[in-house]
Amino acid sequence: MSLLAFCEWLAATENSTALRESLFMYPLLESSHVLFLMLFVGLTVILDVRLLGLAFTRVPVSQVIDRVLPWVRWGFAIMVFTGVLLFYAIPVRTYLSVWFRAKMILLVLAAFNIWYFHYRVYPNVAAWDTDTRLPWKARRAGLASLILWAGIIITGRFIAYNWFDCDIQPQPAFVNWFAGCVVPPAE
Amino acid sequence: MLLPFFEWCETVWLGRAVVGSLWLFPVIEAVHLLGLAVLGGAVLIVDLRLLGTGLKSWTPAELWREARPFMIGALVVMIATGIPLFLSEAIKCYYNDSFWVKMTTLPIAIAFAFTVRARATTDSVRNTARRQAAVGALSIALWVTVAAAGRWIGFS
Repeated sequence: MSLLAFCEWLAATENSTALRESLFMYPLLESSHVLFLMLFVGLTVILDVRLLGLAFTRVPVSQVIDRVLPWVRWGFAIMVFTGVLLFYAIPVRTYLSVWFRAKMILLVLAAFNIWYFHYRVYPNVAAWDTDTRLPWKARRAGLASLILWAGIIITGRFIAYNWFDCDIQPQPAFVNWFAGCVVPPAE
Repeated sequence: MLLPFFEWCETVWLGRAVVGSLWLFPVIEAVHLLGLAVLGGAVLIVDLRLLGTGLKSWTPAELWREARPFMIGALVVMIATGIPLFLSEAIKCYYNDSFWVKMTTLPIAIAFAFTVRARATTDSVRNTARRQAAVGALSIALWVTVAAAGRWIGFS
Protein backbone atom coordinates (compact mmCIF):
# COMPACT_ATOMS: atom_id res chain seq x y z
CA MET A 1 0.00 0.00 0.00
CA SER A 2 1.42 3.36 -0.98
CA LEU A 3 1.55 6.19 1.54
CA LEU A 4 -1.10 8.04 -0.45
CA ALA A 5 -3.39 4.99 -0.39
CA PHE A 6 -2.79 4.72 3.35
CA CYS A 7 -3.76 8.39 3.80
CA GLU A 8 -6.89 7.83 1.72
CA TRP A 9 -7.80 4.85 3.86
CA LEU A 10 -7.12 6.92 7.00
CA ALA A 11 -9.34 9.74 5.73
CA ALA A 12 -12.20 7.30 5.20
CA THR A 13 -12.12 6.01 8.78
CA GLU A 14 -14.99 7.05 10.99
CA ASN A 15 -12.89 8.88 13.58
CA SER A 16 -10.98 10.87 10.99
CA THR A 17 -14.23 12.09 9.48
CA ALA A 18 -15.66 12.87 12.90
CA LEU A 19 -12.57 14.89 13.83
CA ARG A 20 -12.51 16.74 10.49
CA GLU A 21 -16.14 17.74 10.75
CA SER A 22 -16.16 18.46 14.48
CA LEU A 23 -17.14 21.97 15.46
CA PHE A 24 -14.92 22.19 18.52
CA MET A 25 -12.47 19.29 18.61
CA TYR A 26 -10.49 20.34 15.56
CA PRO A 27 -10.09 24.02 16.57
CA LEU A 28 -9.33 22.87 20.12
CA LEU A 29 -6.57 20.56 18.87
CA GLU A 30 -5.14 23.24 16.65
CA SER A 31 -5.17 25.79 19.49
CA SER A 32 -3.42 23.31 21.79
CA HIS A 33 -0.83 22.70 19.10
CA VAL A 34 -0.21 26.47 18.89
CA LEU A 35 -0.30 27.08 22.65
CA PHE A 36 2.17 24.34 23.51
CA LEU A 37 4.52 26.02 21.06
CA MET A 38 5.08 28.51 23.87
CA LEU A 39 6.22 25.72 26.16
CA PHE A 40 8.14 23.60 23.67
CA VAL A 41 9.78 26.09 21.29
CA GLY A 42 9.88 28.79 23.96
CA LEU A 43 11.99 26.74 26.35
CA THR A 44 14.04 25.36 23.45
CA VAL A 45 14.89 29.00 22.65
CA ILE A 46 16.05 29.40 26.28
CA LEU A 47 18.42 26.43 25.84
CA ASP A 48 19.63 27.79 22.51
CA VAL A 49 20.37 31.31 23.76
CA ARG A 50 22.37 29.75 26.62
CA LEU A 51 24.35 27.71 24.07
CA LEU A 52 24.89 30.89 22.04
CA GLY A 53 25.98 32.76 25.18
CA LEU A 54 23.28 35.42 24.78
CA ALA A 55 21.66 35.01 28.20
CA PHE A 56 21.61 32.91 31.38
CA THR A 57 25.38 32.71 31.00
CA ARG A 58 25.97 32.53 34.75
CA VAL A 59 24.09 29.23 34.94
CA PRO A 60 26.20 26.21 33.92
CA VAL A 61 25.05 24.71 30.61
CA SER A 62 24.47 21.30 32.20
CA GLN A 63 22.19 22.85 34.80
CA VAL A 64 20.08 24.68 32.23
CA ILE A 65 19.74 21.44 30.28
CA ASP A 66 18.95 19.27 33.33
CA ARG A 67 16.33 21.70 34.58
CA VAL A 68 14.71 22.81 31.35
CA LEU A 69 14.88 19.69 29.18
CA PRO A 70 12.18 17.74 31.09
CA TRP A 71 9.73 20.55 30.28
CA VAL A 72 10.89 20.63 26.68
CA ARG A 73 10.30 16.87 26.43
CA TRP A 74 6.77 17.19 27.80
CA GLY A 75 6.12 20.02 25.40
CA PHE A 76 7.40 17.98 22.49
CA ALA A 77 5.28 14.96 23.45
CA ILE A 78 2.17 17.15 23.44
CA MET A 79 3.16 18.77 20.12
CA VAL A 80 3.55 15.32 18.52
CA PHE A 81 0.30 14.05 20.02
CA THR A 82 -1.77 17.02 18.84
CA GLY A 83 0.13 17.15 15.54
CA VAL A 84 -0.58 13.49 14.75
CA LEU A 85 -4.27 14.01 15.50
CA LEU A 86 -4.35 17.10 13.25
CA PHE A 87 -2.82 14.99 10.48
CA TYR A 88 -5.30 12.20 11.21
CA ALA A 89 -8.18 14.66 10.73
CA ILE A 90 -7.00 15.77 7.27
CA PRO A 91 -4.59 13.11 6.00
CA VAL A 92 -4.70 13.32 2.19
CA ARG A 93 -4.47 17.06 1.73
CA THR A 94 -1.77 17.29 4.41
CA TYR A 95 0.24 14.47 2.88
CA LEU A 96 0.08 16.26 -0.49
CA SER A 97 1.11 19.64 0.99
CA VAL A 98 4.48 21.11 0.06
CA TRP A 99 4.55 22.90 3.42
CA PHE A 100 3.85 19.75 5.39
CA ARG A 101 6.60 17.94 3.49
CA ALA A 102 9.04 20.81 4.03
CA LYS A 103 8.13 20.78 7.73
CA MET A 104 8.80 17.05 8.00
CA ILE A 105 12.21 17.49 6.35
CA LEU A 106 13.06 20.29 8.79
CA LEU A 107 11.88 18.08 11.68
CA VAL A 108 14.25 15.33 10.57
CA LEU A 109 17.08 17.89 10.40
CA ALA A 110 16.15 19.17 13.87
CA ALA A 111 16.20 15.59 15.18
CA PHE A 112 19.63 15.10 13.64
CA ASN A 113 20.82 18.33 15.27
CA ILE A 114 19.61 17.09 18.67
CA TRP A 115 21.25 13.72 18.15
CA TYR A 116 24.50 15.39 17.10
CA PHE A 117 24.47 17.71 20.10
CA HIS A 118 23.77 14.97 22.62
CA TYR A 119 26.24 12.39 21.33
CA ARG A 120 28.97 14.47 19.72
CA VAL A 121 29.00 17.78 21.62
CA TYR A 122 27.41 17.38 25.05
CA PRO A 123 29.62 14.51 26.36
CA ASN A 124 32.46 17.07 26.68
CA VAL A 125 30.30 19.53 28.63
CA ALA A 126 32.56 19.39 31.71
CA ALA A 127 35.28 21.22 29.77
CA TRP A 128 33.10 24.28 29.05
CA ASP A 129 30.12 24.00 31.41
CA THR A 130 30.53 27.42 32.99
CA ASP A 131 31.95 29.29 29.98
CA THR A 132 30.06 32.24 28.54
CA ARG A 133 31.41 31.69 25.06
CA LEU A 134 31.00 28.00 24.27
CA PRO A 135 32.96 25.98 21.69
CA TRP A 136 31.85 26.55 18.11
CA LYS A 137 30.26 23.09 17.92
CA ALA A 138 27.92 23.91 20.79
CA ARG A 139 27.08 27.38 19.47
CA ARG A 140 26.44 25.93 16.03
CA ALA A 141 23.97 23.43 17.51
CA GLY A 142 22.12 26.27 19.25
CA LEU A 143 22.01 28.39 16.11
CA ALA A 144 20.87 25.46 13.94
CA SER A 145 18.14 24.71 16.46
CA LEU A 146 16.84 28.31 16.38
CA ILE A 147 16.79 28.39 12.57
CA LEU A 148 15.23 24.94 12.20
CA TRP A 149 12.43 25.47 14.73
CA ALA A 150 11.66 28.87 13.20
CA GLY A 151 11.40 27.14 9.81
CA ILE A 152 9.17 24.46 11.34
CA ILE A 153 6.83 27.09 12.79
CA ILE A 154 6.63 28.97 9.47
CA THR A 155 6.10 25.91 7.25
CA GLY A 156 3.66 24.51 9.81
CA ARG A 157 1.56 27.68 9.75
CA PHE A 158 1.58 27.70 5.93
CA ILE A 159 0.02 24.20 5.73
CA ALA A 160 -3.28 25.98 6.30
CA TYR A 161 -2.93 27.93 3.03
CA ASN A 162 -3.82 26.39 -0.32
CA TRP A 163 -1.48 28.25 -2.70
CA PHE A 164 0.19 25.04 -3.84
CA ASP A 165 -2.65 22.56 -3.37
CA CYS A 166 -2.84 19.78 -5.94
CA ASP A 167 -6.38 20.70 -6.97
CA ILE A 168 -5.23 24.20 -7.93
CA GLN A 169 -3.54 23.77 -11.30
CA PRO A 170 -1.41 24.64 -13.15
CA GLN A 171 1.43 24.61 -10.61
CA PRO A 172 5.14 24.75 -11.34
CA ALA A 173 6.53 21.30 -12.14
CA PHE A 174 8.67 21.38 -9.00
CA VAL A 175 5.62 21.95 -6.80
CA ASN A 176 3.73 19.04 -8.34
CA TRP A 177 6.76 16.82 -7.97
CA PHE A 178 7.53 17.85 -4.38
CA ALA A 179 3.90 17.63 -3.28
CA GLY A 180 3.40 14.33 -5.07
CA CYS A 181 0.38 15.66 -6.99
CA VAL A 182 -1.21 13.31 -9.46
CA VAL A 183 -1.89 15.68 -12.35
CA PRO A 184 -3.92 14.51 -15.35
CA PRO A 185 -1.88 15.10 -18.55
CA ALA A 186 -2.71 18.36 -20.37
CA GLU A 187 -4.85 18.00 -23.48
CA MET B 1 -19.56 53.97 19.15
CA LEU B 2 -16.28 52.24 18.39
CA LEU B 3 -17.50 50.83 15.09
CA PRO B 4 -16.65 53.97 13.06
CA PHE B 5 -13.10 53.73 14.40
CA PHE B 6 -12.84 50.09 13.35
CA GLU B 7 -14.26 51.02 9.94
CA TRP B 8 -11.64 53.71 9.61
CA CYS B 9 -8.94 51.18 10.62
CA GLU B 10 -9.84 49.06 7.61
CA THR B 11 -9.14 51.99 5.29
CA VAL B 12 -5.56 52.51 6.55
CA TRP B 13 -3.02 51.79 3.80
CA LEU B 14 -1.16 49.19 5.85
CA GLY B 15 -4.24 47.03 6.22
CA ARG B 16 -5.14 47.57 2.55
CA ALA B 17 -1.67 46.37 1.55
CA VAL B 18 -2.17 43.18 3.59
CA VAL B 19 -5.61 42.57 2.09
CA GLY B 20 -4.28 43.18 -1.42
CA SER B 21 -1.54 40.60 -1.10
CA LEU B 22 -1.79 36.82 -1.24
CA TRP B 23 1.32 36.35 0.89
CA LEU B 24 1.49 39.24 3.31
CA PHE B 25 -1.12 38.03 5.83
CA PRO B 26 0.34 34.51 6.22
CA VAL B 27 3.92 35.78 6.36
CA ILE B 28 3.11 38.37 9.03
CA GLU B 29 1.09 35.74 10.87
CA ALA B 30 4.07 33.36 10.84
CA VAL B 31 6.34 36.06 12.31
CA HIS B 32 3.63 36.73 14.92
CA LEU B 33 3.92 33.02 15.86
CA LEU B 34 7.72 33.20 16.08
CA GLY B 35 7.25 36.04 18.54
CA LEU B 36 4.80 33.88 20.48
CA ALA B 37 7.38 31.12 20.84
CA VAL B 38 10.03 33.49 22.23
CA LEU B 39 7.46 35.14 24.48
CA GLY B 40 6.47 31.71 25.77
CA GLY B 41 10.05 30.87 26.72
CA ALA B 42 10.71 34.24 28.36
CA VAL B 43 7.48 34.04 30.38
CA LEU B 44 7.69 30.38 31.37
CA ILE B 45 11.30 30.35 32.50
CA VAL B 46 10.36 32.90 35.17
CA ASP B 47 6.91 31.49 35.97
CA LEU B 48 8.21 27.95 36.40
CA ARG B 49 10.76 29.31 38.85
CA LEU B 50 8.04 31.19 40.74
CA LEU B 51 6.19 27.88 40.90
CA GLY B 52 9.26 26.37 42.54
CA THR B 53 10.59 24.35 39.62
CA GLY B 54 12.90 24.86 36.66
CA LEU B 55 16.19 26.73 37.20
CA LYS B 56 16.10 26.52 40.99
CA SER B 57 19.73 27.45 41.53
CA TRP B 58 18.87 30.96 40.41
CA THR B 59 16.62 33.43 42.19
CA PRO B 60 13.45 34.48 40.36
CA ALA B 61 14.82 38.04 40.29
CA GLU B 62 17.95 36.95 38.40
CA LEU B 63 15.90 34.95 35.90
CA TRP B 64 13.49 37.83 35.38
CA ARG B 65 16.38 40.21 34.70
CA GLU B 66 17.79 37.82 32.06
CA ALA B 67 14.42 36.98 30.51
CA ARG B 68 13.08 40.55 30.40
CA PRO B 69 14.87 41.71 27.20
CA PHE B 70 13.55 38.62 25.40
CA MET B 71 10.05 39.26 26.65
CA ILE B 72 10.15 42.90 25.61
CA GLY B 73 11.65 41.98 22.22
CA ALA B 74 8.99 39.33 21.65
CA LEU B 75 6.21 41.74 22.66
CA VAL B 76 7.53 44.39 20.26
CA VAL B 77 7.56 41.85 17.40
CA MET B 78 4.09 40.58 18.30
CA ILE B 79 2.56 44.05 18.49
CA ALA B 80 4.34 45.22 15.32
CA THR B 81 2.96 42.20 13.41
CA GLY B 82 -0.38 42.19 15.22
CA ILE B 83 -1.25 45.71 14.10
CA PRO B 84 -1.19 45.05 10.32
CA LEU B 85 -3.06 41.76 10.87
CA PHE B 86 -5.74 43.66 12.80
CA LEU B 87 -5.93 46.53 10.27
CA SER B 88 -6.55 44.04 7.46
CA GLU B 89 -9.73 42.74 9.13
CA ALA B 90 -10.70 45.34 11.72
CA ILE B 91 -14.47 45.08 11.18
CA LYS B 92 -14.38 41.30 11.50
CA CYS B 93 -12.47 41.79 14.76
CA TYR B 94 -15.09 44.25 16.01
CA TYR B 95 -17.75 41.56 15.80
CA ASN B 96 -15.45 38.84 17.14
CA ASP B 97 -15.76 37.91 20.84
CA SER B 98 -12.30 36.33 20.93
CA PHE B 99 -10.75 39.59 19.74
CA TRP B 100 -12.30 41.46 22.68
CA VAL B 101 -11.22 38.77 25.14
CA LYS B 102 -7.69 39.10 23.81
CA MET B 103 -7.66 42.90 23.87
CA THR B 104 -8.91 42.88 27.47
CA THR B 105 -6.50 40.26 28.80
CA LEU B 106 -3.44 41.46 26.86
CA PRO B 107 -3.02 44.82 28.67
CA ILE B 108 -3.77 43.06 31.96
CA ALA B 109 -1.11 40.42 31.25
CA ILE B 110 1.49 43.03 30.27
CA ALA B 111 0.72 45.26 33.26
CA PHE B 112 0.74 42.24 35.58
CA ALA B 113 4.13 41.08 34.26
CA PHE B 114 5.85 44.41 34.81
CA THR B 115 4.27 45.29 38.15
CA VAL B 116 2.91 42.54 40.42
CA ARG B 117 5.01 39.78 38.90
CA ALA B 118 8.21 41.83 38.73
CA ARG B 119 7.81 42.64 42.42
CA ALA B 120 7.04 39.03 43.29
CA THR B 121 10.43 37.95 41.94
CA THR B 122 12.34 39.98 44.52
CA ASP B 123 13.51 38.37 47.75
CA SER B 124 11.45 40.64 49.99
CA VAL B 125 10.05 38.84 53.04
CA ARG B 126 6.55 39.43 51.71
CA ASN B 127 7.27 37.12 48.79
CA THR B 128 6.57 33.76 50.36
CA ALA B 129 6.85 30.64 48.20
CA ARG B 130 3.07 30.38 48.14
CA ARG B 131 2.64 33.95 47.00
CA GLN B 132 5.25 33.51 44.27
CA ALA B 133 3.60 30.30 43.10
CA ALA B 134 0.25 32.05 42.90
CA VAL B 135 1.74 34.88 40.84
CA GLY B 136 3.47 32.39 38.51
CA ALA B 137 0.26 30.42 38.00
CA LEU B 138 -1.74 33.57 37.37
CA SER B 139 0.83 34.80 34.86
CA ILE B 140 0.65 31.52 32.92
CA ALA B 141 -3.15 31.61 33.01
CA LEU B 142 -3.20 35.18 31.67
CA TRP B 143 -0.83 34.51 28.77
CA VAL B 144 -2.58 31.27 27.86
CA THR B 145 -5.86 33.19 27.71
CA VAL B 146 -4.32 35.87 25.49
CA ALA B 147 -2.81 33.29 23.14
CA ALA B 148 -5.88 31.03 23.01
CA ALA B 149 -8.20 33.96 22.36
CA GLY B 150 -5.79 35.16 19.66
CA ARG B 151 -5.86 31.80 17.92
CA TRP B 152 -9.63 31.68 18.24
CA ILE B 153 -10.06 34.96 16.31
CA GLY B 154 -9.26 32.93 13.22
CA PHE B 155 -11.90 30.27 13.86
CA SER B 156 -14.95 32.46 14.09
